[in-house]
Amino acid sequence: MAPTNDAIFYKRKNGPQKKISPGFKLFLWVLPFLILVFVFSYLPLYGWIYAFFDYRPPLKLSQCKFVGWQWFRFLFSNPTQVGQMMRVLLNTFAMSGLGILTSPLAMFFAVFLTEIHAKWFKKAVQVLTTLPNFISWVLVYSVAFSLFSSTGMVNNILQSAGAIAEPIKFLDSDSHTWLKMLLWGTWKGLGWSAIMYLATISGIDQELYEAAKVDGAGRFDLIWHITLPGLLPTYFVLLMLSVANFLSNGLDQYFVFQNAFNMTHIQVLDLYVYNLGLGNGNYALATALSMMKSLVSVVLLFFVNTLSKVMRGESIV
Amino acid sequence: MAGASAKKQPPRGGDILFNVVNYTIFALFTILCVYPFYYLIINTISSNQLSANGQINFLPREIQFQNYVSIFKLRGLPQALLVSVMRTAVGTALTVFASAFLGFMFTQEKMWKRRFWYRFMIVTMYFNAGLIPIFILMYNLHLTNNFLVYVIPGIVQPFNVILAKTYIESTPKSLQEAAEIDGAGILRIFFLVILPISVPILATIAIFCAVGQWNSFQDTLLYITDSRLYPLQYLLYTYLNSANSLATLIKNSPSMSGSAIAALATRQTPTSVRMTVSVIVVIPILLVYPWLQRYFIKGIMIGAVKG
Repeated sequence: MAPTNDAIFYKRKNGPQKKISPGFKLFLWVLPFLILVFVFSYLPLYGWIYAFFDYRPPLKLSQCKFVGWQWFRFLFSNPTQVGQMMRVLLNTFAMSGLGILTSPLAMFFAVFLTEIHAKWFKKAVQVLTTLPNFISWVLVYSVAFSLFSSTGMVNNILQSAGAIAEPIKFLDSDSHTWLKMLLWGTWKGLGWSAIMYLATISGIDQELYEAAKVDGAGRFDLIWHITLPGLLPTYFVLLMLSVANFLSNGLDQYFVFQNAFNMTHIQVLDLYVYNLGLGNGNYALATALSMMKSLVSVVLLFFVNTLSKVMRGESIV
Repeated sequence: MAGASAKKQPPRGGDILFNVVNYTIFALFTILCVYPFYYLIINTISSNQLSANGQINFLPREIQFQNYVSIFKLRGLPQALLVSVMRTAVGTALTVFASAFLGFMFTQEKMWKRRFWYRFMIVTMYFNAGLIPIFILMYNLHLTNNFLVYVIPGIVQPFNVILAKTYIESTPKSLQEAAEIDGAGILRIFFLVILPISVPILATIAIFCAVGQWNSFQDTLLYITDSRLYPLQYLLYTYLNSANSLATLIKNSPSMSGSAIAALATRQTPTSVRMTVSVIVVIPILLVYPWLQRYFIKGIMIGAVKG
């Protein structure tokens, strides 16, 4: 047994002295990076163990009591907690669901932008509408603050026009929170999401259009029978990815927009985990929750990947 | 194409209507995307008094640039700018190097258990241990309240490695073979042959990475409590969230020491500070993002061929 193992690492070269094989040497070069991957991606999985202890920092884990599934049961134990969980899940589902419902918008954005013939206009729209995608959510919030706070531009204009007496609380209120979050998300992401579809459209065979035009097809016939079918595979892949990310709304957007007023409708799963863990210091409970989230997400990913294999004969990951 | 459209019959009423509606909607949405930034900029270069009264909506008035001088006298701001610049420069350099190096190394078929290690790295794109376990890990590694937390965890980004690897695979193998015949070692080949020919893809990775670093906010929120390590993004967030402490900060700012003399037009207000910081944060993005778009499409095309 031992000699065969040895042969992987060493190569006998003219006689008894041993030399590291070139293949293993290559591995040694990447080893430091693999260690980084292990430390920052695999090692945290070990942290799931905190979900089974009554962990109270700064105590060491060994000093804490093992509580088994207690935290998982706690998440659904008393009516208050169940109510809280349900609200958080509802917000998460609403934000992801609305995101998926509005996802064809980007496709239509691309389709109708292609119908514009002035090259400079098309180019300008394409470049300028992607700008919001490249700024952080903090900056989006800063923009929102400048325009929509009680001393912001919109209230100023409305007040000086005499349309309202009191400033409207766009940010510090819980009215239409889901809709507002959806609109900010759309403002930030629409132009950018369309890029993928624009690239796909430019790859569609132009002869198809020429042939259809000869047959007397109008603008909408071309869109309906050539462009849209050409975009569907791209749409499908993106749709599957957003299904796989159904539970992950991200933290940034909801964190910067949250306040005492809109908490009921803005607290999505990622934000809840943050608020529970780093806000309230309940590390164990937050870990239990993120553990369940991670597991469900992996299952979702497998599900959509299988679905994609069955439907398109091609996996997406 | 031009000839074909010239031969076409004159546009019908429906077509004209369609075009008018189409152009209008796109024009409106584009204005919606750009105006907020324009609004911020004109307000920071106008009289702060007019700005505070909400009188600057379309054109700047009583133009002054004092805001961009005073802002750097605010405690904490130069430091935050330094942190932002440092994390962007160091983080980007490390990630670009790692992506190129790993991308190249994983093209070497001789590597021991290459497929296994490649998958070992790639699969981390698809799972995540969660916020708290990662936080506890960073804490145990003494990376909390440490500048390194900005740059170390993101060094290996599987997606970027795939991009680099796919690109390197598309380059002629004969280059490497020729260098090998000349007796060059693997590192020499990497630095002298592979790096120079990979510049286009590395530029793509660099620019995306730099924007990500510049915009990053969450890692400060999670791992940093020491205000000397706040980047601009986080500083801006604290300004947005605590109007009172911002007002105190401005009062104590050296630029206000002669406040009796400081004209109303150039006197700092919480609003002027917030807007000025916002503009400073957005300017680097404004300068690079049009290129990003072009590179991104290229990146997608390359990335579509899975490694």
